[in-house]
Amino acid sequence: MNEESFPRIEIGEWASQVLDWLTDNAEAVFDALSAAMGWVIQLLVDILLAPPVLVMILIFALIAWFVRSWQLALGTLVSFALIASMRQWENAMLTLALVLVATIVAVGIAVPIGIAAARNDRVSAVVKPLLDFMQTMPAFVYLIPAIIFFSVGVVPGLFATVIFALPPGVRFTELGIRQVDSETVEAGQAFGATPRQILRGIQIPLATPTIMAGVNQVIMLALSMAVIAGFVGADGLGKEVVASIASLNIPQGVEAGLGVVVLAIFLDRLTGALGDPGRYPHSLYRLVRDRFASS
Amino acid sequence: MSAISVSHLYKVFGRRPERGVTALQQGRSRAEIKEELGLTAAVVDVDFEIEPGEIFVVMGLSGSGKSTLIRMVNGLLTPTDGDVTLGDVNVTRAKGEELRRVRREKVSMVFQHFALLPHRTVGENAAYALEVQGVNRADRHRKAEEALEMVDLGGWGGYRPDELSGGMRQRVGLARALAAGSDILLMDEAFSALDPLIRRGMQDQLVDLQNRLDKTILFITHDLNEAMRLGDRIAMMRDGRIEQIGTAQEILNDPVNNYVASFVQDVDRSRVLTAADVLESPPAVIGRDSGPLAAQKLMREGQMRWLVVQGRDRRLVGMVEEGAVAQAVSERSESLPIIGPDQLAVAAPDTLLADMYTSASQNQGPVVVLDEQERVLGTVPLVTLLAAGGNPEVEPPAEDSPTTDGGGDTDPHEIYRPAQSETEEAR
Repeated sequence: MNEESFPRIEIGEWASQVLDWLTDNAEAVFDALSAAMGWVIQLLVDILLAPPVLVMILIFALIAWFVRSWQLALGTLVSFALIASMRQWENAMLTLALVLVATIVAVGIAVPIGIAAARNDRVSAVVKPLLDFMQTMPAFVYLIPAIIFFSVGVVPGLFATVIFALPPGVRFTELGIRQVDSETVEAGQAFGATPRQILRGIQIPLATPTIMAGVNQVIMLALSMAVIAGFVGADGLGKEVVASIASLNIPQGVEAGLGVVVLAIFLDRLTGALGDPGRYPHSLYRLVRDRFASS
Repeated sequence: MSAISVSHLYKVFGRRPERGVTALQQGRSRAEIKEELGLTAAVVDVDFEIEPGEIFVVMGLSGSGKSTLIRMVNGLLTPTDGDVTLGDVNVTRAKGEELRRVRREKVSMVFQHFALLPHRTVGENAAYALEVQGVNRADRHRKAEEALEMVDLGGWGGYRPDELSGGMRQRVGLARALAAGSDILLMDEAFSALDPLIRRGMQDQLVDLQNRLDKTILFITHDLNEAMRLGDRIAMMRDGRIEQIGTAQEILNDPVNNYVASFVQDVDRSRVLTAADVLESPPAVIGRDSGPLAAQKLMREGQMRWLVVQGRDRRLVGMVEEGAVAQAVSERSESLPIIGPDQLAVAAPDTLLADMYTSASQNQGPVVVLDEQERVLGTVPLVTLLAAGGNPEVEPPAEDSPTTDGGGDTDPHEIYRPAQSETEEAR
């Protein structure tokens, strides 16, 4: 019995019709969204590119020291200087802007959904398969509706990136809140706290390390998707990589690829330290705090 | 009006738990319900009243339902059937904001693993209940500091919980509950996670605080020694049911069934039983004006080595010992060789056996128990003292053991003889 004997179910066709209907009827929404997102990303790019490159590198190094350690600051200094030396600075800042905006949007959507899922088993049961779907669907597929909704440019890249990077944010938030020691939550209830007081005063603070691990994952996924977004015309390191594939330009590919690696390591170490400040006693933040505490 | 009233309380876990309650009320067992309906009965038909100012201890092993029980008292769990009343408020019927108000105003809780908030300082933890109540910052700081001082943690407010030892953390938990200002304190295995030595200290501190503050305390534990030390009354819980409620003495001396009896056999009785519980009464006495011959005759008849000598008003004059009496007889002495009260071990009826060892070992003869007018109530032979403290694995009470003896070779079974009836007569 071969394939032809099964009835043809036109799932792809239906999906296409849904997208057509959305573009026809919600065009104004997409245009507004496109304009707003495009404006935000452009603003961030302008800020990142405004100061001289050396100043920007020093700022990044200082952030690294403040959050984690002088070792990371030193590494940041060297590796970001390398980006400049490879003449990839502008591309790197474009990609960084895309990743940052995508992360903020993704976390802004993921954390509330994760909280809802942690507090309600039914929400959790609905959300889980959706997240599985989002994570297993090949990332390139998101680019198709992105182009249809937002045409080419950085905004469809952002759209695809957000969808691709969202799931770990939801999962880690749900996990973090469900993991909070039940006796501690009971303590809140036993003293008459409202569900909102328990959420804000107990569950979210205690879940923060786990939620931050989720944010770290979101950033990493956003970075990998930001490269793929080069296919739909989002400027940055991704576009360089796509161009180097098209022309088999090895030097260009290697340099753009290294730029992505540097950004990835920097963002990973930085957000890793954000979730667990107690583990980095030599960060500038801790040094300043301890000095104020002792004086 | 009782502070906490629990009546016919049931908690069954599983699908459609009411079925379990109905089946239990029809006399089915817990195991049958598990087997046939797939339901777990955690608390079955529990009934008790706790008076204001009382420390009421629920004692049971893990799985006996005691943690489920305490969580129904402040509504953390909703009973499947029955009622819990705190003062004039029915907790079982309260919902939402009404229930939260009860928890804010009437009842606080101390948890087994402390349940402190690690991201807040000790002071902020102690002030948590006040923060929930909406007390302003200055007042809650002051009250939290007062509560911390009550538990000997004054000045520790700026530290974080993870900088404190286990015992100190639980004292923060206690301070948090005290700062809330409610009259009822629920303590769920509050000291079980602590080292034995620290646990002992915490028990003393709790008793001390209770003497000053006069709260109503419902205390859950699996440690019988702890229950006996703390509880004004103790409820023995097993498989979701309460087997016996009574004072420590009642449970020790008069267990209702084998389960309770097997439980209490390991208890350090010397810290629970008082002189009144074990004294031998009426004591073997002789008047002060009798001669050595009369004393020797009494001793021979009763197989005793010691006799209490008392005056006409029943006050203690001293004691005489077998050897000295024999010598007095052989010397044809007219008067008794009395050993005066200053060389005897003396105790009041409410003295714990544990507190009698030292004086008993430093003086001669059995311990003499005197009432407030220094009249002789009875004696506690040394062997009774030693058996109570050092040899817990003694067989159950023997009804017909010998009852009078000044000391010497007493049957060790005798110490578990329920002595109340005779003690009462003596009083």
